[in-house]
This record gives sequence, structure tokens and C-alpha cells, in this order.
Amino acid sequence: MAEEQSNGHKWTMIVDADKCTGCQACVVACHAENNVPVSSEDEVIRGRAMHWMRIERYWEGEYPNVKARFLPVFCQQCGNAPCEPVCPVYASYHSTEENINIQVYNRCVGTRYCGNNCPYRVRIFNFWAPRFDAPLEQQLNPDVTVRSPGVMEKCTFCIQRIRRGREQANIEGRPLEDGEIIPACAQACPTDALVFGDKWDENSRVAQMVPSERQFKLLENLGTEPAVYYLKGGETHVGE
Amino acid sequence: MLESRATIGPYWDEPLPDDEHLARQVEHGREEHLMLDARPPAELNQLTLARMRQTGPRFWIALAGLGALTLAFFIAWAIQIVSGLGITGLNRSVMWGPYIANLIYFIGIGHAGTFISAALRLMRMDFRRPIARAAETITLFGLACAALFPIIHVGRIWKLFYMLPIPNQRDLWPNFRSALFWDMMAITTYLIGSTLFMYVALIPDLAMARDHMTGWRRKLYSALSLGWRGTEGEWHRLEVVSNLLSFVIIPVMFSVHTGVSWNLSMAIQPGWHSAIFGPFFVVGALYSGVAAVILVMIIVRKTMRFGYFMREEHFNAMGIFLLILTLTWIYFYFAEWITNWYGNLPLEKAVQAMLTGPLAPLFYLMLFCNIVVPLGTLWSRRVRTSLPAMLVIGILIQVGMYIERVLIVSGSLSRNELPFNWVNYTPHWPEVTVTLGTLAFLGLLYMVYTRFVPIIPVWEVYEGQAMQGSRRVGRAVMSTRTEVH
Repeated sequence: MAEEQSNGHKWTMIVDADKCTGCQACVVACHAENNVPVSSEDEVIRGRAMHWMRIERYWEGEYPNVKARFLPVFCQQCGNAPCEPVCPVYASYHSTEENINIQVYNRCVGTRYCGNNCPYRVRIFNFWAPRFDAPLEQQLNPDVTVRSPGVMEKCTFCIQRIRRGREQANIEGRPLEDGEIIPACAQACPTDALVFGDKWDENSRVAQMVPSERQFKLLENLGTEPAVYYLKGGETHVGE
Repeated sequence: MLESRATIGPYWDEPLPDDEHLARQVEHGREEHLMLDARPPAELNQLTLARMRQTGPRFWIALAGLGALTLAFFIAWAIQIVSGLGITGLNRSVMWGPYIANLIYFIGIGHAGTFISAALRLMRMDFRRPIARAAETITLFGLACAALFPIIHVGRIWKLFYMLPIPNQRDLWPNFRSALFWDMMAITTYLIGSTLFMYVALIPDLAMARDHMTGWRRKLYSALSLGWRGTEGEWHRLEVVSNLLSFVIIPVMFSVHTGVSWNLSMAIQPGWHSAIFGPFFVVGALYSGVAAVILVMIIVRKTMRFGYFMREEHFNAMGIFLLILTLTWIYFYFAEWITNWYGNLPLEKAVQAMLTGPLAPLFYLMLFCNIVVPLGTLWSRRVRTSLPAMLVIGILIQVGMYIERVLIVSGSLSRNELPFNWVNYTPHWPEVTVTLGTLAFLGLLYMVYTRFVPIIPVWEVYEGQAMQGSRRVGRAVMSTRTEVH
């Protein structure tokens, strides 16, 4: 499904890995915004941590000269997504308006094929019925579905915020402004390592930042054309 | 002076030659070969039908045991549906586990039956005659069990009909680009095709059973035999349909296991994304399938006392077939492994390191079962014709091929592009219960089936026997065969 510039927006996220401190504020914000259940310790040990967004931590070198590398990873909203063709029921499909990858929860039968074919492993399966320990059940976001057990889910670039922003702009009869729509993770990031915007809007911050020398895409060799760009340069890391 | 060699009389009542030397040769041939050892059809009918109606205490004990395991399987499945897939050992990286390995395995053991029957039929191999139905039956039930696994596997079984192309008012169709959809179509086609193939060949035997039975069995067989009377026209049509279906079913059989393998190889998962998977899986399926047919032959022969029908020659022929498949499978496995190993790409290396590292016990057990044992033993005729030896080899190949599928599915998935997501997988009780329970379910279906239909295609046996004759050439007696096709 080719993306055409004539319609919609190309929502894009920039992750400045040089700025990331690994504080995980984005992870918590994402859980709160998107009604992502909190996994128990046992579940995490079993390799089932439910995070739409995670900070991958890699160690470099041997003790005591260890360097920590942080890599925030979430759905890359691939322009050429491997998860889309494999879904037998079109639960994973490409939106032509937002130009991101959409997961239709009530269409999903849970074959988990998309999860296997995602090289970033950012698709999360609901192994259990969602459970929110008190008082978390008091703060569920009414704009976002609580997913039933047996379906796949993943980062949506906070599509509820995108929709709301666009509707607000429509009501006021004006085009969307850059920076008007901010996903929860970018909003929560204390170091401004996450920047969100429409890449097809030439004046947006994102469009300005993409041509950076430090820019790369995760697993670029696979040709998935992610809508997430990473910035990384020099020898910046934590613990130096 | 010319004298007529033609003797008029039933083919099963050919007198022994007067010459003692020739008579010994003929007797030897009759001992060795079922086709030369003709008996009156009525006798064969009675033999088959009598065994079909026999149920000793051991039958009921086995039935109860398999039934209990089957019950455990359905209970485990019900618990899994109610509580969600969380009770399995699957995780965020290894999202496909033994359920998919089981799908591959059960389709695999169901693979050989129809192939043996159809391909050997087209090649006019007489050794297929007594074993064809035992083999086709394992196809039927193997496929039926395999078809359960996509259903067991999915997260929301109650929404599974979304995968079917059912016309609906929202014009929502399944995704024809998905390998899962191709696979579903291939399995369905094969299930229907092989059921038809088996049923067509079953009709004359059902009619035979109808003519010898009373009571409810007679009613059942009357309905199932579709009014077969055995006229020449009916036999002719049966021949035409069987040959046609044989030609049709062989490509479908290839498509099924290719489809299954494409579920894996169409994904860009390292360890899966390999062009060899289609033919490799077809060979693997035939390998475990032929071993399964041999196992079934041994069990059926032993428990139903069919020593007359299933002889050394049949086990020998199947053993040779198995040996050829062992060599083919080794070739494919080697080709797949060496390509990845020599290529030395980091991800393929990670997968191979996984197999020879944390999964090494399983990996080497698999190599032992699939390569060392069959290759070391099957070349010997004594092994091939020894039922205990073939039983052990058959079971080992089942174990080996099952492990191979689990290693491919779960072993590969536990290694992927971003090392942060490397997770190892251990099965939990639902996977174990469901796997063992399905095996029991297959056995249960098979057992019950052998008591309802003649598991020996009797008409095929006496058709073969009627076409055999012997002719004297000098001091030797040669068996001859009439082609009536």
C-alpha cells in the first residue's frame, strides 16, 4: 500500500538517542494514556512485559568500564510494514489518512502472525484479560479501548490525540499546527528526546530534523520504511 | 506339439505343478507374496469382517486410556479458552509454539497416507494393496487433528470465522495475501480430497460388509455404500474416479505442506525465511508420515491379527521407502544448515547458536533419531522386516521429527533482530496436555474407525490376486501380472 502525499499526514517521530536518559517516563505515560495493563513481575520474567513503548538497555564493555545504551523502541509505523500482509483478517492494515499502521482490535482473531513478522517485536499480545490494580482502574482513558484477551495491540502514535487534534482544527476551520498534537510519550519526555509531527509539513520541527547527519532508522536494511527516525552521534552515553 | 496352457478354474485354486522342484518354488512364492497366495474372496471377506467385529478386553482398556487422555485434552483446551493463552508458556517473542509445531506434525503424519495410496496406485505397485486404507485413514484423522490446531492456537476462537471468506454486508474479506489463508485453503482442499479419495475406494468394501451383516450395521453400510451392486459399469467408474482422484490429490498434497512451510518462510524471521522450506517440509512430512504408516501397520497387524495381509514384503518395501526419505531429508536439512552456517550472517548464527546452545539436548536427540538410527539400520533387510525394530525406529522418527518442528518454530523465534527481545521458551502444562491428548485422540479415532470399516481394502487385494499368474520358464516359475487398466 503505497503512501501518497496527496492526502493526509505523514506522522513521524524523532527519537534523539543522545538525549535519552533512560528514565522511562515515556513508558509510564504510554501505559496511562493507552490503558495498557501493568504486567506482574512473574509475567515480566516469563517474557511477557506489556509495553507499547520500551527502553531497550544494552551494555557495552566489561565491568568496570561499562557503558549503558538506551534505545526507546515502539511501533515504527512502517511505510512498508511486514505485519500488514500476513494478517489473514486485515486486523493490521495501513491507514491512508494518518499513514500509520493501524491495529483493529475487534477484527483481530489472535493468530499472532503479525507479532512473528515484526522485526522490532513491538506487537504485544493480550495473554490475559486486562487487569488494573486499584487505583489504576480509576484513571482509564475513556478515549481508548480496553483490549480484550486474545488480541494483538501496539503503539498507535496516540491516534486518539491525532483524531482529537484534527477535529478541533476542523471545528475552528484552520489547518493543523505543528506541535499541536503530541503523543503521551513525547509529552512526558523530560529531555525532549521525542519529537512528533507531520513530515509532509515542510515547516514542521520533524521535517527540519529528519535530514540530520545523526539520523538513522532502526533495522533500516530490512526496507520497512519506518516513520520513526533515530538520532545518534558521537560517544554520548550514561555513566561516563 | 502344442498344448493349451489355459486352465479353467478359479484363480485361487491353481494346483501345484507335479514337478517337486517347481512345486517348492511356487509354495515359496506363496509364502513370500500376498499377491501369489490367493485365497477365495469369500474367505478374505470373512477374515476382514470377523476382525472388524472383535473387541477384546485389551481393546477396551486401550480405548479407555486413549479416551481419558482425549478428555484431558478437551478439558485443557476449555480451560485455555476460558482463561486466555496466558496459561501457556508462550511469550512476547515466541508467539508460536508447540501448537504450530503440532499443526505441522499432524499434517506431516497425515501426509504419507494418501501419497502412498495415490502415487503407488498410479505406479501400479502391488505392495500398496493391503495397506492403502490403513495409510489413507491416518491421513484422514491426522488432518482432522491438525485442523484443530489453528483453532486451539488463536487468541479469540469465537472470532475465527473472520478468516473464512463469508460474504457479508460490510464487504469484509479475509486477506488473500496472508500465508495463513493459503494454508487454510490448502488444508481444507486436502481434507476434502483425501476423504473423497478414501471413500470412493471404500464403497465396494462397505457393500461387501452390507451383504454380510445384519441389524444396525446393515443399515449403516446400506446407507454408506450408496447402493453399490458391483456391476461392470460401476467397477469401471470406480477405476476411472480412483485414477482421476489419484492424479488430483498428489499436487494438492504438495501444496498442503508447502503451504504450512510458507507460514514460516514467508515471515522475515531469521531461521524461517528460507526458500528451501517448501520442498524441505514436504520431504519432512513424507518422512514422518511414512514412519507413521509403518507404525500403524505394525499395530493393526498385531492387534487385528492381519498377518496374512501384511507380510514381510510390505514392511520391507516400506522400509526401503523410509530409507530413501531418510537420505532425502538429511540432504535437505544439510543444505539448509550449511547455507546459513557458511553465510555467517549474525542472525542466522544466533539461531544456530540457540539450537546448539540452550537447546542442544533436543537438537542432538533430533539428529540421533532422524539421522543416526534410521541411516544406521534401515539398510538391513533383517531390520526392515523385523516388527519390533521397525516399531522402535518408527517411534524414534516421530520423536525426532516432532522435535525438529518445535526447534524450527520456537527455537528460531527465541532469537530475533533486536537482542533485547531474545527470550527462551519452555512449554507449560497446557501445551503438553494438548499435544499428548491430540495424539491419543488420533489413536482413539483410528481404533474406533477400524471397528466400523474394513481396514483392509479387500477388493483391492483380490483384484491384485486375480491378476497374478505363474508361468513356467525352463526350470523356474515366474510370476506374471495382467494389466487390465
